[in-house]
Amino acid sequence: MKKSHIVVLIGIAIAIGALIMLSVDFSTYDTILSAKQKQGKFVHLIARLDKAVPLEYDPAKNPNYLSFNIIDSLGGKAKVVYLNTKPPELEHSERIVLKGKMQGDIFQCSDILLKCPSKYKDDKKQLEKTIVATK
Amino acid sequence: MQFEGEHLWIGQVGHIFVLLAFTASLLSTIAFFTAGRTLDAADKLSWIRFARISFLTQSVAVFIVFSSIFYICSHHYLEYLFGYKHTSKELEFKYLFASIWEDQSGSFLLWSIWHSVIGMILIRKSKEWEAPVMTVVSLAQLFLAMMIMGVYIFGTKIGNSPFVLTRDEINGPIFGMPNYLSMIKDGVGLNVLLRNYWMVIHPPVLFLGFASTIVPFAYAYAGIQSKKYGDWIKPVLPWALFTACVLGVGIMMGGKWAYESLSFGGYWAWDPVENASLVPWMILIAGLHTMVIYKATGHSLRASYIFAILSFVFILYSTFLTRTGILGDTSVHAFAESGRPMFNLIRIFFFTFSVPALLYFFFHYKKMPAEIREENTSSREFWMFIGSLVFFLSAMFIIAKTSTPVINAIFGSKLAPPEDIEFSYNKVIVLVAIIIGLLTAITQYLKYKNTDASFVFKKIAFPTLLAAIITALLVIFYPITYYKQGAGFLGAVYVAIFATIFSVVANASYIWNVLHFNLKSAGASVAHLGFALMIVGILISSANKKVISEEKFKDFQIQMGIDPLTKQQDNPAENINLIRQVPKKMGPYDVTYLHDSVGKEKGRRFYHLAFERRDEITNELKESFILKPDVYLMKDNNMSSNPDTKNYLTHDVFTYISYALNPDATEDTASFKINEMAEGDTLYYSKGYMVLNQVIKNPTTNKFNIPVNGPAVSAEITITSKENNTYHAAPMIVIDSFGINQIDDTVYAQNLFVKFAGVSSDQTKMKIGVKESSSMIDFVTLKAYIFPYINLVWVGLIIMAIGLVMSMIQRAGLSKSTGKIVMALAAIALFYMFLLAN
Repeated sequence: MKKSHIVVLIGIAIAIGALIMLSVDFSTYDTILSAKQKQGKFVHLIARLDKAVPLEYDPAKNPNYLSFNIIDSLGGKAKVVYLNTKPPELEHSERIVLKGKMQGDIFQCSDILLKCPSKYKDDKKQLEKTIVATK
Repeated sequence: MQFEGEHLWIGQVGHIFVLLAFTASLLSTIAFFTAGRTLDAADKLSWIRFARISFLTQSVAVFIVFSSIFYICSHHYLEYLFGYKHTSKELEFKYLFASIWEDQSGSFLLWSIWHSVIGMILIRKSKEWEAPVMTVVSLAQLFLAMMIMGVYIFGTKIGNSPFVLTRDEINGPIFGMPNYLSMIKDGVGLNVLLRNYWMVIHPPVLFLGFASTIVPFAYAYAGIQSKKYGDWIKPVLPWALFTACVLGVGIMMGGKWAYESLSFGGYWAWDPVENASLVPWMILIAGLHTMVIYKATGHSLRASYIFAILSFVFILYSTFLTRTGILGDTSVHAFAESGRPMFNLIRIFFFTFSVPALLYFFFHYKKMPAEIREENTSSREFWMFIGSLVFFLSAMFIIAKTSTPVINAIFGSKLAPPEDIEFSYNKVIVLVAIIIGLLTAITQYLKYKNTDASFVFKKIAFPTLLAAIITALLVIFYPITYYKQGAGFLGAVYVAIFATIFSVVANASYIWNVLHFNLKSAGASVAHLGFALMIVGILISSANKKVISEEKFKDFQIQMGIDPLTKQQDNPAENINLIRQVPKKMGPYDVTYLHDSVGKEKGRRFYHLAFERRDEITNELKESFILKPDVYLMKDNNMSSNPDTKNYLTHDVFTYISYALNPDATEDTASFKINEMAEGDTLYYSKGYMVLNQVIKNPTTNKFNIPVNGPAVSAEITITSKENNTYHAAPMIVIDSFGINQIDDTVYAQNLFVKFAGVSSDQTKMKIGVKESSSMIDFVTLKAYIFPYINLVWVGLIIMAIGLVMSMIQRAGLSKSTGKIVMALAAIALFYMFLLAN
């Protein structure tokens, strides 16, 4: 057997191994409704804050407990529990990406990614607001 | 309408020079290209002369464009959107540069400036390779000029100009008025998250690394174009080493920035933006090794081509990933979306370079000389090639995972990152670390062509034994406590630690025993030693990183960690509340939130946290320091948190505020109630009682540590709460040249303020003022970590960079004195940037 064959074989073996690990390692983006059907499975939700229900966070009592309600574009609703501090810009986010698991009607969230208008200075609408505010 | 107070000339100058840069780089591309195809010497020379002048013109134009933007920013010309968006008047001078590369067009400009510098060096140094190499550089400059052009061609917008006017871009009623500029008081300014030392130096270094990856790519093209397929390797090697050094340092600077000033709690998170610059570096390193193999043995020329090409192609791909907004929800570094025309332009940039280059390579693949003879398994080149291949495949693995948003965009799939993103990378990369550790340890003891096995075993036996002993000592005295991912992963971490320690020891021993400290040719060993040391540091600091702000016990005031829904203690509860002046146990430390203070910038607040470690038996103070993490509290209650770190040689204590109340929002409305008390009297308040023990005249010490220059009286008071906790208060009256000063004392745990208000009119009793604050208690929520041996990461990186510079000096054939100067400058810069500055 030629040396180059060994090289190729090692390469293929590593590539296949990596691919297998890749295939195992994905989750999915879900709607609240489809997440409710996948109880206990790790998913990503894209939603926004449901401002009709007040957000619950009392850092003096427990800084590691945050609860709020979300609503997604299809109108699905859920209560979220996040055992960590409140991301500072949560109330101002237009879009929230939540990672976690649905348990009953409650979404146990392990991570929150925010899309905030204020972070996007290239967003012209935001600049318009700013310029009105500075006047 | 005539607008008042605008400075339109500077924008017009800037815009004209953008167009000039575009035109000149177009001409220089064509002229260099033609020169490369012309065989007649005189003809060729005249083309080259014209091309050089064009390239010089575009370089000057790019510098003038940059200067114009700097002028706009430094003069706060808010009529320009660039000035309005990125500067504000309180911005410190050093951040003016940062505000330029905060912008998308500003960072393209930075890239373009480095290309210009590199291009001018290439014109001077690349000799017969100049024409084809500079064709590629000029073409890249053409695209970079287009990125900032902002003109419409056939109804399509090409690039975003940095010179657009605020009033043209933003709708607002004030822009209808001629004096609108007088109404805009100040610009938005640099994003507070980016006001940081690293924002000033990280982008220039990283972009120099980005820009210099074009050189191996351009030489690869020149190699094929000139049909002298193998000759480009020798001149390109110093460049490849330079690029590997600068890009590697730039990437890790980003890591140090993230670690020091962003609240991610680490230096590497496998974020897509981080991966996007790591992958080209890894491919470049693979290419560097195959080039060395080719020079020594004639093997691996084709691999050198493909790695040189792919390294730049992936720089362009990473530009596409990070600047078009396609990463969307997967990256925390969150670049702005750029709009459709920019998306298309960047895509065209990517395809213009990648597709023809790869096709060109494959068409000439057969013509490239390749050794028919097989490498011997005992030869150095065989194992170097295996190492390169492993590096390249790991890069492909990383980029494949990073590209899921692209895959989703193309195929309409809905793949999302896995639950534990970091682990999904770590479990593969830890295996790579093992392989690379072993290879970098052993391979250099092998000789090219083939090696006598007994020679290797003799030389390698001692390093192996030493590495095994060090690892064993580590297992016994400093075990890895990363149990989260199970025994298999823990085992892999141990093996990786052994492999990388082995590599450190073997390389050191190689420099000592084989090279006998002949440092001229020790570059590779030094670089490998540094790289392995860095990996050791990464393994130990990440695996044994400890959250010390965990609270496992129920506090009398604060319930932690119990999930109200499941009633389980499944919560990591990594945030802890510190009430002002109440010490709390955190890992080995007693931490007290002393007080807060305002910073130079508006809305910035520092929290002074005293860390104390006492001997458990003697209660003797062993260690004490103050950390001041800070928070920008903004008008709308949003905040940005900046950590503070105590650096020790062996570990870092790292803390940041994860939640802070806005102190202005909780106005205190209670007032003092004055009571007359004699010594020994007791006074009740709502939560307990207090006793005036005694009044001390001219106390020698005071708890406020303020120097007293004059008569002073202090009232010693013991306060006992309902829960039987006792506290001490010692309010004072001081009489000095400024008059009578009352120094109040506070007992935050009881929301109590105590004042020594004076003496009663009959001189027998003391007036003690007591205020029970109705407002919320003052506290901060914070997170704290201990990072062990993180300095190994930075020291390893510096050693690696120095090794690469050593190799570069040797391969470039610099004279002894020049080499020494380059080495000294590089070493000073590296040590300063990583270990001293900031």
